Amino acid sequence: MGGYILKRLLSAIPVLLGITVIVFLIMAMIPGDPATAILGSYATPENVARLNRFLGLDEPLWRQYFIWLGNMLQGDFGRSFALNRPVLDEILDRFSATLILAGTAFVLCAVLGIIAGTVSAARQYGFADKAITFVVILGISVPSFFLGMMMILLFAVQLRWFPVSGMYSIWGGGDLPDLIRHLTMPAIALSVVATGVVARLSRGAMLEVLRQDFIRTARAKGVHERRVIWGHALRAAMVSIIPVLGIQAGFVLSGAVYIEMVFQWPGVGRMLVDAILKRDILLVQGGVVFIAACYVGFNIVVDVAQAWLDPRIKT
Amino acid sequence: MAFASLTRRGLGVLTAALLASTALIAPAQAQTPPGVLVVGQIAEPQALDPHAVTAVNDFRILMNVYDGLVRYASGTLEVEPALAEGWEISEDGTVYTFNLREGVSFHDGSAFDAEAVVWNFERMLNEDHPYHDTGPFPLSFFFSAIETVEAVDDLTVRFTLNEPYAPFLSNLAYPTGLIVSPAAVMEHGSDFGRNPSGTGPFQFAEWRSNERVVVTRNENYWDGTAGTEAVIFRPITDANTRVAEMLSGGIDVMVEVPPVAISQFQTDMHTVHEQAGPHLWFLILNMKEGPFTDQRVRQAANYAINKEALVNDVLEGTATVAAGPIPPAFAWAYNEDLHPYPYDPDRARELLAEAEAEGSSLTFYVTEGGSGMLDPIPMGTAIQADLAAVGFDVTIETYEWNTFLGRVNPGLEGRADAAQMAWMTNDPDTLPFLALRTDAWPDAGGFNSGYYSNPEVDALLEAARVETDQDERARLYREMQVIVQEDAPWVFVANWMQNAVTSDSVENFQLEPSFFLLLKDVVKN
Repeated sequence: MGGYILKRLLSAIPVLLGITVIVFLIMAMIPGDPATAILGSYATPENVARLNRFLGLDEPLWRQYFIWLGNMLQGDFGRSFALNRPVLDEILDRFSATLILAGTAFVLCAVLGIIAGTVSAARQYGFADKAITFVVILGISVPSFFLGMMMILLFAVQLRWFPVSGMYSIWGGGDLPDLIRHLTMPAIALSVVATGVVARLSRGAMLEVLRQDFIRTARAKGVHERRVIWGHALRAAMVSIIPVLGIQAGFVLSGAVYIEMVFQWPGVGRMLVDAILKRDILLVQGGVVFIAACYVGFNIVVDVAQAWLDPRIKT
Repeated sequence: MAFASLTRRGLGVLTAALLASTALIAPAQAQTPPGVLVVGQIAEPQALDPHAVTAVNDFRILMNVYDGLVRYASGTLEVEPALAEGWEISEDGTVYTFNLREGVSFHDGSAFDAEAVVWNFERMLNEDHPYHDTGPFPLSFFFSAIETVEAVDDLTVRFTLNEPYAPFLSNLAYPTGLIVSPAAVMEHGSDFGRNPSGTGPFQFAEWRSNERVVVTRNENYWDGTAGTEAVIFRPITDANTRVAEMLSGGIDVMVEVPPVAISQFQTDMHTVHEQAGPHLWFLILNMKEGPFTDQRVRQAANYAINKEALVNDVLEGTATVAAGPIPPAFAWAYNEDLHPYPYDPDRARELLAEAEAEGSSLTFYVTEGGSGMLDPIPMGTAIQADLAAVGFDVTIETYEWNTFLGRVNPGLEGRADAAQMAWMTNDPDTLPFLALRTDAWPDAGGFNSGYYSNPEVDALLEAARVETDQDERARLYREMQVIVQEDAPWVFVANWMQNAVTSDSVENFQLEPSFFLLLKDVVKN
């Protein structure tokens, strides 16, 4: 197992290097430079050149890349010129907010999705199955940002059950109940589509497993039906459900961008959108590399979990 | 069956949990207490160092934390004393001597004096200054006319300019002229922008990234203490969310209300404020090549576009029709006799026929959005339709704002016949001087992207810039406006009215023509 993990870790290195090259080239190629973005209407060639010199953007491209890469390997992601603070500080601040949001949404989608899918499969074509399928299709079809806006209108503006936006109250608060109040709506809005997908695929995986011989044997032996479903069948089905969860984790993380915009959640997705609009090169590059590294890491965890559940995968 | 009971039990637990959480939720919905004003901002500030930033959004905070030597008198764009009690200008207009207010100190406790003023301008302008690396200072060219700045004594500062420069005083009233605490910059270095210290009515308390900037009342303010205990600035980038926050009571003041949302606030619970400002929205016309080289075609475009419909229907009345290159908010320099080109498609067709330019095809640059650009895509398509109605064949090319600037600022030659543009300035000199003179063509480093050139206008603008007598300066600008309107190098479209909404617990709120947000006298109940 240790060897397998090491192999997967080593294979991540070229992926990450490739990502640094791609994100660097994209930022170098998109029209509009940071100096123009900062100066706006006042961006004369003279002012732009002066600012570029100050920001070190007058160096040749390849040198900029290696300076950036070298610094990053030593843990220095540079300084954001739109926010005037170290890139890594900003990313870590914002990433923890995203993790809270995406993590909650992921747990919601995994737990609710698997339960719904399993119930659905156990009651195939029954009322529960039909009701769940209906809700799931509805959930998958509604774009999350639209759902988010509708939730704000209903639950925050009309009913005033939840705050409209932000992560903590602007005055007072700051404790766990305060966080939960702010987290509820964005986490639900973010998890709905993923829950639907997980439910659909769990249902399929469970149906497949439930038709197999060992389930019939278990039932024939008189094992309690609840144990057959939640013990025997679900564990076997998890082998095909877990990779879906891995993909959904990525989906939830990237979907967080919209939700963070709608609910003004101070996360990394909103940070990237703002940074791109301001051409805050170092923040975009650092943010993308950081997220990519997390994504690669998460996939390794999923692969390892799968190998643990089904040792045949290692080969 | 076991299943049914499980789900039923699960449902019970879920319902209980939901009820418990609503119980937790309902009473906790706290309003902000009296004395604390929450302002919904359109974005996270870049920094709270006035010399390092360029965005109006940042200025809204800065103007409440810092003072300049001078400021705009309330409700006008005319300069009055602030940290300087008075000043003298030499006969030739190159030496400005300021007498500073006595007994003022920065929020960090250090004293405000002539040395501090000198230090501020040296940091910005002198590349060898030990703290010049705490920049960059993108707008430092506002003060590029300064040759030397020296402390004559503790409370007297003398600026010597390399040539007479009439906008100098209004540039000092701009946020780039605000005075920061040298001691705080020395202490925090590059992080000064997150640990600001000035002399203003509010002092900095806290900045939580993307959540809030908090400032509290400066009890020792030289001009009377502020009406609220604290002001919290919340960045809410999404306009719909900002509206929802205002409707739900999460913020007390909202700036830059989207035109479509204004009607939602015309209730007893809210007050809508409007104020015309130094803003102009116009089309740059390419005078170097193509149909717009002919003055009649340029005038035809001005007649063809229904500006009333643009400001009333597309912008829902949040702007007024522009007549010329200087916005009416500069009341002292504005030519009251100037009337906008009327909407007259027949006249436009006549002019086009005279110029034999019927059916000319045009490339029209439109941006997706940007500082001061209002609602550029709907405005662009409405303009396209108006121009098509008189016989132009218009193709729109749309670009994201930074890309757009990168294509327009180097000049329209070889690319486009017309481009949208908007400016907000602090002096009537700024826009015409940077965008209408022959010496401001793009290759000379200016913003005259349409290559307008009229020696008479050049002479008037050069003369106005060095004229220290305000009445004479105003006369020169008025003359210039008439010529430029007749030449029609631009299509003059709209002057934006800044708007804001306040809740019924806010009193004494007023918008300024400078577009700055001054909160000192505001009371929150």
